[in-house]
Amino acid sequence: MLQLISLLVENKPGALMRVTGVLAARGYNIESLTVARTLDPELSRMSITVDVEPSQCAQVIKQINKLINVLQATDLTEAPAVRRELVLVRVRSAKEDRTTILKEADIFGARAVESSVDGFALEATGDSEKMDAFIRVIERYGDIEVTRSGMVAVSMEPKKLKLAPPVRKEYLEAQEVTTE
Amino acid sequence: MARLMTGAEIVLECLIREKVDTFFGYPGGVTLPLYDALYDSKIRHILVKHEQNACFAAQGYARATGKVGVCCATSGPGATNLITALVDALMDSIPVVAITGQVSTKLIGSDAFQEADTFGITRPCTKHNYMVKNLAELPRIIHEAFHIASSGRPGPVLVDIPKDVFQAQGHYTPVTSVHLPGYKFSMDGHAGQIRRAAQMVWEAERPMVYAGGGILHSEASKELREFVEFADIPSVCTLMGLGAMPSEHPNYISMPGMHGSYAANMALTESDLLICLGVRFDDRVTGRLAAFAPHARIIHVDIDPAEISKNRVADIPIVGDAKRVIEKITENLKELAPEMRAKNSSARKAWWKQVRDWKAEHPLVPEFSTEEIKPQHLMAEIDRISGGNAIVSSDVGQHQMWCAQLIRFNEPRLWINSGGLGSMGFGLPAAIGAQFAQPDKLVFAVCGDGGFQMSIPELGTIANNNLPVKIVIMNNGYLGMVRQWQELFYKNRLSSVLLEGFPDPEKLAGAYGFTGKTVTKPSELRAALQAAVDHPGPYLLNVMVTQFENVYPMVPAGGAINEMVLAPPTPVGV
Repeated sequence: MLQLISLLVENKPGALMRVTGVLAARGYNIESLTVARTLDPELSRMSITVDVEPSQCAQVIKQINKLINVLQATDLTEAPAVRRELVLVRVRSAKEDRTTILKEADIFGARAVESSVDGFALEATGDSEKMDAFIRVIERYGDIEVTRSGMVAVSMEPKKLKLAPPVRKEYLEAQEVTTE
Repeated sequence: MARLMTGAEIVLECLIREKVDTFFGYPGGVTLPLYDALYDSKIRHILVKHEQNACFAAQGYARATGKVGVCCATSGPGATNLITALVDALMDSIPVVAITGQVSTKLIGSDAFQEADTFGITRPCTKHNYMVKNLAELPRIIHEAFHIASSGRPGPVLVDIPKDVFQAQGHYTPVTSVHLPGYKFSMDGHAGQIRRAAQMVWEAERPMVYAGGGILHSEASKELREFVEFADIPSVCTLMGLGAMPSEHPNYISMPGMHGSYAANMALTESDLLICLGVRFDDRVTGRLAAFAPHARIIHVDIDPAEISKNRVADIPIVGDAKRVIEKITENLKELAPEMRAKNSSARKAWWKQVRDWKAEHPLVPEFSTEEIKPQHLMAEIDRISGGNAIVSSDVGQHQMWCAQLIRFNEPRLWINSGGLGSMGFGLPAAIGAQFAQPDKLVFAVCGDGGFQMSIPELGTIANNNLPVKIVIMNNGYLGMVRQWQELFYKNRLSSVLLEGFPDPEKLAGAYGFTGKTVTKPSELRAALQAAVDHPGPYLLNVMVTQFENVYPMVPAGGAINEMVLAPPTPVGV
């Protein structure tokens, strides 16, 4: 089944590899993954859609939560959350179709972000099913190329972020410099 | 103002502050600055013969003490040689810090000489790993590595340090706290759950304690003993937990699982409450999971939340440190005792009788023969000399199982073995680490003739340091465990398991400058073993045992643990 995982991770080299490693090591295919900085530039938010054995969903979240660089991993598959995807479509079209394409785009709340004599680049956002439908419609008008962002999600019931406090190392204070 | 130091000196400064007195390693091109700094340092570095064994020795040191074991390797092949031993430490939750050299930062990614992506390769082999990019973060990272390795569920941490970071000059900035906001673990356990667990312990009619390696890691064997005694419950310890309960304790049954005892496996199967402490329901313990302890409710205490309900759903999950949680459960038991204890005392009595009957029905007794040395006879003799007090570092295979069945351990940290990964070649280097950690203890390295030959070069390390390790080879001329499976499950088509050409032990040990001897007759075994132990230095004792002995009881792979095969079809021995 497709599991949607939202993660707050430290923005550090290798952090992404650690998270995807947990999934790849179990043979789970990642359907989509987005990462970007949060308001705090030291942290990133990841949204991952991954095909997981239903019995292993809880285990996957626990294993990801164990990673030192992960501050919080949340399963948003069933949780109240907003899930959206951004789609960019470049469509080549004949002159006579141009107006129709723009009308079709309008129905999906999409807009043209670039226009040339050969066609348009259209931008749409929405849930995945709606984006599938949008692509199917536009496809009929000519050659298209599609780039999808993958699912991004925000939880509607933010969990309180539990963080580990600094751990004092008294034995490090006590000792003198001894290398000499 | 502190003096100017190189990165290499700062590494050693950090190690000294972390109370490291000994570490194991093998130098190379990019670690030259570290080894140069070591020249003036008070830290003892033990030069092994292969990097894998540096990490195994560090594990032996850690397993024998509970302290962090430290090993060091150069870039490229040095680092990749650590892999098996790192995964081994990860599987058995052993605190190890591995320091590897890396090519200079400006060369990283250029396919430089002896460059490998150590950070990438070791990511799934460690609890956490680091690549140090500059001198400023070096002390923080090293102290974090020690903190991560030794806290929570322990494990190996690798720190990859480029040559130019070793060479750079700066000051050691004291690090007095470690801040890892994402590294959370709960120590105390949920008070309400602990209360419920205590109630359940009193209510149960057929309770069993199933204790594992977590008891050793949290130093909880005293608390475990008090709990088991106060509640008067029979207990089993897993392969990783041997010694958590003294082998001779009246409440201790034995090891459960694939080669566990009849009593231990029957008791787990018939129990109505398993109190699972620092265990992970490994397949070698549970057999067919669906048939494991089918009547039991489960109280599962572990510091790693990912272990709870991973293989068996827990009725009462308690995430916390075994020592603290067990102590609290016992406190709660004491509070509840007057009203609850009397209720099911007759059921408890019947349960104890049943467990004792099982134990008497099929005890684990060594086999003897006057014709040839039975492997079980060898373990019984080691046990006699040890008296439950020697360190036994085992390799992997049949001998490991016979050791676990027949040698007593009166304390934790005496039994040292590769449990989760089952890495052949482990026994000898781990014994080296254990002997360095416990110089006054009698240390046996018990190996099969297969695993021993994977680590033969370390005879050099033993000789160089005149370590009084007693190497006992259980020599059956075969890769015995694989041969056993070929016999039982592959129509005895013995394929690539005959080990021909074992080196002459006297000449082999002699080549390294110490004593080696072979014993073949049962009547000479005791004296030969005693001579090895009485000898002041290292000793290699090659014991020729029955070639075709199989380990029993045995639960065939995928079988339920109460369906074990107890003995070979025709009785052997006298």
